[in-house]
Amino acid sequence: MGSLFRSEEMCLTQLFLQSGSAYDCISELGEMGMVEFRDLNPSVNLFQRKFVTELKRCEEMERILGYLLREIKRADIPLPEGEVNPVAPLPKHVLVIMEQLQRLEVELSEVTRNKEKLQKNLLELTEYTHMLRITRNFVHRSAEVGPTYEEFPFLEKDSMMDYSSMQRLGAKLGFISGLIQRRKIEAFERMLWRVCKGYTILSYSEIDEYLEDPDTGEPTKSVVFLISYWGEQIGQKVKKICDCYHCHVYPYPNSNEERNDVVEGLRTRIQDLHTVLHRTEDYLRQVLNKASESVYTWVIQVKKMKAIYHILNLCSFDVTNKCLIAEVWCPVNDLPILRRALEEGSRKSGATVPSFVNRIPSNDTPPTLIRTNKFTSGFQNIVEAYGVGNYREVNPAPYTIITFPFLFAVMFGDLGHGVIMALFALWMVLYEDNRKLKYTRNEIWNTFFEGRYIILMMGLFSVYTGLIYNDCFSKSLNIFGSGWSVNAMFKSGNWTWDSTLRTNAFLTLDPNVPGVFNGPYPLGIDPIWNLASNRLTFLNSYKMKMSVIVGISHMSFGVILGIFNHLHFGKKFNLYLVLLPELLFLLCLFGYLVFMIIYKWLAFSARDSQMAPSILIHFINMFLMQGDGVPPLFPGQVGLQVFLVVIALLSVPVLLLGKPVYLYWLHNGGANRIGMYRGYERVRRHSEEELSLMRANDMEEGSVPSDLSTSREQQKEEFDFGDMFLHQSIHTIEYCLGCISNTASYLRLWALSLAHAREYQHTTSNCILY
Amino acid sequence: MAALSFVIPMSVMTLFWGIIGGVVPWFIPKGPNRGVIVTMLVLTAVCCYLFWLIAILAQLNPLFGPALKNDTIWYMYYHWP
Repeated sequence: MGSLFRSEEMCLTQLFLQSGSAYDCISELGEMGMVEFRDLNPSVNLFQRKFVTELKRCEEMERILGYLLREIKRADIPLPEGEVNPVAPLPKHVLVIMEQLQRLEVELSEVTRNKEKLQKNLLELTEYTHMLRITRNFVHRSAEVGPTYEEFPFLEKDSMMDYSSMQRLGAKLGFISGLIQRRKIEAFERMLWRVCKGYTILSYSEIDEYLEDPDTGEPTKSVVFLISYWGEQIGQKVKKICDCYHCHVYPYPNSNEERNDVVEGLRTRIQDLHTVLHRTEDYLRQVLNKASESVYTWVIQVKKMKAIYHILNLCSFDVTNKCLIAEVWCPVNDLPILRRALEEGSRKSGATVPSFVNRIPSNDTPPTLIRTNKFTSGFQNIVEAYGVGNYREVNPAPYTIITFPFLFAVMFGDLGHGVIMALFALWMVLYEDNRKLKYTRNEIWNTFFEGRYIILMMGLFSVYTGLIYNDCFSKSLNIFGSGWSVNAMFKSGNWTWDSTLRTNAFLTLDPNVPGVFNGPYPLGIDPIWNLASNRLTFLNSYKMKMSVIVGISHMSFGVILGIFNHLHFGKKFNLYLVLLPELLFLLCLFGYLVFMIIYKWLAFSARDSQMAPSILIHFINMFLMQGDGVPPLFPGQVGLQVFLVVIALLSVPVLLLGKPVYLYWLHNGGANRIGMYRGYERVRRHSEEELSLMRANDMEEGSVPSDLSTSREQQKEEFDFGDMFLHQSIHTIEYCLGCISNTASYLRLWALSLAHAREYQHTTSNCILY
Repeated sequence: MAALSFVIPMSVMTLFWGIIGGVVPWFIPKGPNRGVIVTMLVLTAVCCYLFWLIAILAQLNPLFGPALKNDTIWYMYYHWP
């Protein structure tokens, strides 16, 4: 099985990189993607590392690229969707990219600023035009239009008198006109009235179209107002109030001719502005279009460069030899590829002296690497969500490929829905190379797409479990003919047409009557149960027992998988002191429960249905050691149960104390007796590289055997009994409580399958009208 | 329990899942994925067989029968064999 069964074998290597070709070599290693660098400068501050300036440059470029991307998105320019994977640029190319980016940024910001200014100008001119147009209606024309207004005498008080006529009165009439936001106009009017005590006259009218507010950019409604006032002081007050309310004030023309001139002038200016604005926007779009072609390439290049400098910071610089030293964890199988990558990097940079790699022994625990393909990576991710396994531990993921979808299907259990799910996943899988599906930015779709194989497995298993539950869109299929026969109740039972059928709304078939029950349905649940009113009584019992059986099997399988771990790490004593008590505890209690369930299914039939025992009561009595109240399931049951409980209870202290005591005895007393044996073992292990791994694992338990270099008989072990005991007691408590609670939690298989069927039934009856 | 209606499905299913779990793995070609595929086949066979077995054992000796409405009974008397 290779890599999926347990994690890869790793080795620690030392890389010697010439400083000239360091960048290229690391670029090659990055493309290969199989090594992990160790930090050789852990005490050095981030800001004092060697390549800080280059990193800062990369971050500056990232900032500019971020700004570019935002502007491109704001202008709604489509970005190329293809997959780009450029290599990291050489340092000499970096300057070119940097300069390009900076130029683009300057250009963009300048053009954007200009555009904003132009737009502000345009807004002002538009407002002015509106104002002039509307205030024209306020002004009372000269006498030639007099008769028209005489019909509406109430307009007299509202309209403004012409400037010339006012002059005759000897007063100085002033005008202030402008625009104000619609929501402020009432407050404005009230304020004017209170302050100026009626010496001003305000008339206003709303503009029909929405104008863009320059500050917020949102379309707002504005109102054009015209204030006429009498006297200089009032004028000052009015001006102050206008400032307060953020009005845009524009000069009011004194005569009609002046007004017409201004209007003409404004019109031409607006037209010019429109043209200029158009051109600016076109230019901006052009610049962004050109940038959008290569922006993703740049983004990836800058990211790769940043990563390379980050890695270079982790290496230690050997000044005397002018080369960089890096320590790297590498899978043993990939060592030739590593060497080739280094040669390639050296060749690309044109170095005369090649960089090389050296394998070194190590005490530390290597990282865990598990190689997955597109199918297995989804399941591996699910497993790793609970925790990453230790180095060379057995990997639960290959079994999860089947058990996870299977347990989902037990809860889902509908043939029709399973078919739909499987088809949807099949479509995703068949079109997985389609660019649009792979590279959308929609988060929810990406989640489904990443899990397409998982959903496919879940759908296929759901088809099977739906078949067994006999549930297709919450209706049953009758493929083989039901095992229950109604006719027999009439023939051999005591049902009659007139009395029994007409007087009773519900009648129960009796399996004791011959001919009623003709054998179990060959594939799954009998279809008659879908029509029965006591369907749930039967199904609940069946599904709960099924959940317990599936749960105990699953848990035992998991415990048994531990055998591989104990054997691999050479700790045979774990088999007897840990695995055996664990299995005994689980099987003596819950395995016996499974046995009782199956025994009751096989041994009790409708004949003794009156005396059929409740398994739950028997199970509880087992713990309380009472066997008297209820008749036994089988002869000798009481004795057997006592025996099993005693074994289970005894296995707990063995689990708790066995391993610590044994290791303590090995460390202290046993050394003399089996010192020879251990010496022999040590010599034998000398030749294997795995000695380092042995030590790594023994360090976990707190015992360290002697070191490799000397062959001293003395062992300087630090065996911390307290630590070991604490660890083991936590494990014992967790295991025992976990057995009970996890078994109970498997009942969710029952609960969810029940919920699914009922929910769909309710949906169809409520939403779909027959 | 030795009725034919039980023996036939039992042997058919045992044979079917036994072939899938025990015989087909030998024919998977050697390659990097052989281990994963064999694991998948064996586990599928075990899980599916166990699931079917539980379903049929639960119905082998029913302790009570279904309770039907009288219209259903009337329909089944005439239309089901």
